[in-house]
Amino acid sequence: MATEDIPANMKLVYSYPASLTEADTHYCPGCTHGIIHRLVAEVLDELGLQESTIGIAPVGCSVLAYNYIDVDFAEAAHGRAPAMATGIRRVSPDKVVFTYQGDGDLAAIGTAEIVHAANRGELFTTIFVNNAIYGMTGGQMAPTTLPGQVTTSSPTGRDVEEAGFPIRMAELLGGLPGAAYVTRQSVLDVRGIRRAKQAIKTAFRTQLDGLGFSMVEVVSTCPTNWGMAPQAALDWAKEHLLAYFPVGDTKVSEAVRALMKG
Amino acid sequence: MARGMVKIKEDRCKGCGLCVNVCPVEILQLAQDRFNIKGHHPVEVSDPEKCTGCAMCATICPDVVFTVYQLKRQRSRAAA
Amino acid sequence: MAKELLEGNEAFAEAAVRAGVEAYYGYPITPQSEALEHLSKRLPELGRAFLQAESEIAAINMVYGAACAGARVMTSSSSPGISLMQEGLSYIACSEVPVVLVNVMRGGPGLGNIQPSQGDYFQAVRMAGHGDFHMIVLAPASVQELIDTIVLAFDLAEQYRTISMVVADGSIGQMMEPAELPPMRPVRPPERRPDWALTGARGRDANTITSLYLGADNLERVNLRLQRKLQTISENEVRGNEYEADDADLLLVAFGTVGRICQTVVRDAREQGIKVGLLRPITLWPFPTERIAELAEQVQGILTVEMNAGQMVEDVRLAVEGRCRVAFYGRMGGVIPLTDDILPELETLAAEVSGTEEACNGD
Repeated sequence: MATEDIPANMKLVYSYPASLTEADTHYCPGCTHGIIHRLVAEVLDELGLQESTIGIAPVGCSVLAYNYIDVDFAEAAHGRAPAMATGIRRVSPDKVVFTYQGDGDLAAIGTAEIVHAANRGELFTTIFVNNAIYGMTGGQMAPTTLPGQVTTSSPTGRDVEEAGFPIRMAELLGGLPGAAYVTRQSVLDVRGIRRAKQAIKTAFRTQLDGLGFSMVEVVSTCPTNWGMAPQAALDWAKEHLLAYFPVGDTKVSEAVRALMKG
Repeated sequence: MARGMVKIKEDRCKGCGLCVNVCPVEILQLAQDRFNIKGHHPVEVSDPEKCTGCAMCATICPDVVFTVYQLKRQRSRAAA
Repeated sequence: MAKELLEGNEAFAEAAVRAGVEAYYGYPITPQSEALEHLSKRLPELGRAFLQAESEIAAINMVYGAACAGARVMTSSSSPGISLMQEGLSYIACSEVPVVLVNVMRGGPGLGNIQPSQGDYFQAVRMAGHGDFHMIVLAPASVQELIDTIVLAFDLAEQYRTISMVVADGSIGQMMEPAELPPMRPVRPPERRPDWALTGARGRDANTITSLYLGADNLERVNLRLQRKLQTISENEVRGNEYEADDADLLLVAFGTVGRICQTVVRDAREQGIKVGLLRPITLWPFPTERIAELAEQVQGILTVEMNAGQMVEDVRLAVEGRCRVAFYGRMGGVIPLTDDILPELETLAAEVSGTEEACNGD
């Protein structure tokens, strides 16, 4: 980055995070994965964790997360990232571990793994990207798909009689004693993004202080599979997804509350 | 003198347009007269003088296109 | 070290401790839960990692994680639990991280029963998981051999960055025999974990451990590398035991508990004048194909005895390539073939092949 052509009386307000690789992402234009990856990288930079972090990538659109976030990474089988994280963390107590998972990975095939990891209070952080659809495999219904929402495997809209209601994972996991900090955030506008970043930082600090399991569910978009342009997708999510998946904390332990204040 | 300035990594841009909608002084637009290496219309600044360095574009950009600068605050000198 | 009376499951668990295992993640399933229980006590005592996972699926993925972090790690289970682990085994094999696991085989298919069996030979040797790979498969026949193969399993897994599976049939897991445990090997300190491991990218580029290789050329390259490694293992790690085979006219081939029983069958048969020998494979993969091919030139017939419907016998037939008659005797459901069951089968084979010989000699 050439600094010669910046006027001497200007200061740097925002620059490329060190914990992101230079690679262009394969994500669709306007996909919120890009924003969330960036927030994770910024937090790792601010907490000085790049050299001690191990990430676990899911099966889903972010299967190649390891090409973008520049830390040691393992690729997990679908849904199994919390088990891998458990295995790694318990033999590497001085490292920081996080999983990055989508709605199929965490709320369908991997539900047992995340529930038990949270229940045990495993000292890793989960970033749960909820966009109410299966992106990578071409737009099928997810456990978080809204009632009536049309997807490639619910062509007449999600029928709750057949498929049940969408699952609210932040609430489900927030009810577990081992979970120290569970919150739902969104990246649908600047305000939401800034709050989400704070939450991600709190989550990593929860881990660093050994306070228990931490998760940030992030209400996100999938413009391509929703059949919408990027801005329209953000707007639709704000109007429809947030009503079912409200932003807010579902678990904040005493110790985490103290950490947030301090 | 503009209060802020952005540098744009044009070839990272996917033309998603989220930054265009979020800029509070509406000075971002997708360049209709050209494509970047990815085949998208990349973002460009239409009126750099109006930039405030608020970094909302950088906050919403999924592809880390923006580097943002802002005027340092002027400190007035107290009388010696 | 003195011999002590040890139960198979406890013995292999303690052997792993002595071999320097740093983590065990498992799930209870009969007939091997004693191993999990033993480690639930021992590993925390030594400041090492132990966790009873919520399922075998979780357990094998915890093992995968710990192996990626460069730690010495194992799990154990029994047949239905191994089925659940097969997804993980495929991922682990492609990722080339070292893992040790034990299958204390029980009756199947399905829920089956908790009696001993050898019904998972195909699973271990032919299809441990989807895709082209093999695990090193070791089949001990006594508690002492079980202890020794556990230590060997760790060494081989790390040497080749592969999976070592020890298959014990249920009887070996449950039986009590005098055996000697090895001395305690120190645990490798975290700073000496391998360069490829996920240990935090300080002073180096980030490591990625994956089994995903988009692009056909890319994945073929990976597969060719795996195949070359398996070839090297095949050339160097075949293990087996022979008993009275040098002058044999007939050969018994059997592994595990059945192999042990067949040793008695050899003695009984020889007393009756049948010159039979025994080849007991200790590595089921790599299989002692060459040695069996050699012996097939020497003997007139081979009787393969197993506790299944006929699995290893197929590998015997492949090795023999029609050079001599190959017969099979098997029991299932946990029924253990004893000498009184096997001897008549051997006598039948002996009669068959000598009949053929006479016909050839034109008598």
